[in-house]
Amino acid sequence: MPRTGRKGRLIVVEGIDGSGKSTQLHLLDKWLRSIGVSVFFTEWNSSDVVKEITSKGKKKALLTPTTFCLLHATDFADRYERNISPLLEAGYFVLADRYIYTAFARDIVRGCNPTWVRKVYSFAIVPDAAFYFRVPPDVGMARILEGRPKLKYYEAGMDLNLSNDEYESYRIFQSRIVDQYESMVKKDGLIVIDGTLDIEKQQEMMRQRVRRLIPAAKPRVPILDQKEVALY
Amino acid sequence: MNYYGEGITYLKKVETKGSLIVLEGPDGSGRSTQVDMITTKLEADGHAVITTGLKRSELIGAGILEAKHKLPLGKKTLALFYAADFADQLEHKVIPALHAGYVVLADRYIYTLMARSSVRGISRSWSHDLFGFAIQPDLVFYLDVPPVELFHRVFQKYGTLDYYESGADIGLSDDLFESFVLYQRGIAKEFRLMEEKYGIVRIDGGRPVAEVNVDLQKRIDSYLGSLRRR
Repeated sequence: MPRTGRKGRLIVVEGIDGSGKSTQLHLLDKWLRSIGVSVFFTEWNSSDVVKEITSKGKKKALLTPTTFCLLHATDFADRYERNISPLLEAGYFVLADRYIYTAFARDIVRGCNPTWVRKVYSFAIVPDAAFYFRVPPDVGMARILEGRPKLKYYEAGMDLNLSNDEYESYRIFQSRIVDQYESMVKKDGLIVIDGTLDIEKQQEMMRQRVRRLIPAAKPRVPILDQKEVALY
Repeated sequence: MNYYGEGITYLKKVETKGSLIVLEGPDGSGRSTQVDMITTKLEADGHAVITTGLKRSELIGAGILEAKHKLPLGKKTLALFYAADFADQLEHKVIPALHAGYVVLADRYIYTLMARSSVRGISRSWSHDLFGFAIQPDLVFYLDVPPVELFHRVFQKYGTLDYYESGADIGLSDDLFESFVLYQRGIAKEFRLMEEKYGIVRIDGGRPVAEVNVDLQKRIDSYLGSLRRR
């Protein structure tokens, strides 16, 4: 993966649904902004261009693992080319809620060839810090199901024919994703955070790691959110 | 059935009785006309034929057109979008048809996509790797027509030039004619570079339609005949 001479920093969070990673990234975002760092936040599967088509396909439940992988890669590439890459060049702290490791985990569980998936994403730069929020699948699942009893088809991994029961399918799917993440910890240098700890404690650990990435002189660029940047 | 790279690992080994024949060439090269003529002839000879092309998947095809019109897309985004469309058709249409013994006629294949990407500065090895799940065709033809001749054909047919097909998105020249010629020259060069590696047969597309057809048909018939004798 390429490393550019960029001035910005890329910080990503990874983990299964319900691992608490989004909450942690949100708190990190607030903190960085409060100390005057220029921040850009981006999340998985959120490009306007691709969203509409993906959701249409997802509703029809027609996506094969390869198409599924390539559509998410398209979404990623759009955000990468439009926002992530230029903003890193411009000196921003780019915060990504899920990054290529999510694709690696999910696509490999769906049966895509691991070497191929990594080649597809080979244009993406290595993050300055990639936090992996480790929780047992049951804990993540309990958190997700608390406020939302209904699971979506792909979210539950129903396309994998793991079980006819969507909760059982979800459980098996999530534990396989966890296996993938665990295998990446060493290989990709993911920073493990125990997602069962207190929220404050986890945030403290995160800030400790991120603090050393902050340059002494802050770049004087305006703070934008995703919507505003999309106008350019 | 052979793949270019890692293949589609979750599919069981599919036995294919059919043949995959690819026709490549720019807009105005007479590609679609030839596909129609070949289809008619093959069907008359008793072959079951289906055609496939780019931007035709149910799921994504229309989306590509929509997205292109809404916002300018990045080059990798576009490349991946086309690859997704290609994958969708490959798995839902091409592979099942090959399994069932069809002759699949592809009106363009991965080579056009790779050439377009390469002209836009994407590395050739990344494109090649991206299509590691693609099936190696039995025959690949490239209809070669000089860019200036193409320009006249396209202009006569549509009265205008396509934005992307004239490379207007990469700013080769302010003059649309010049941009078109430069772009098509770039694409043709990419095809020449791919010829050996991918076994692409260059066909002189500058000749009259009937003459090109006889040439193509002879090669196809000879290939299909050799299968029968096997």
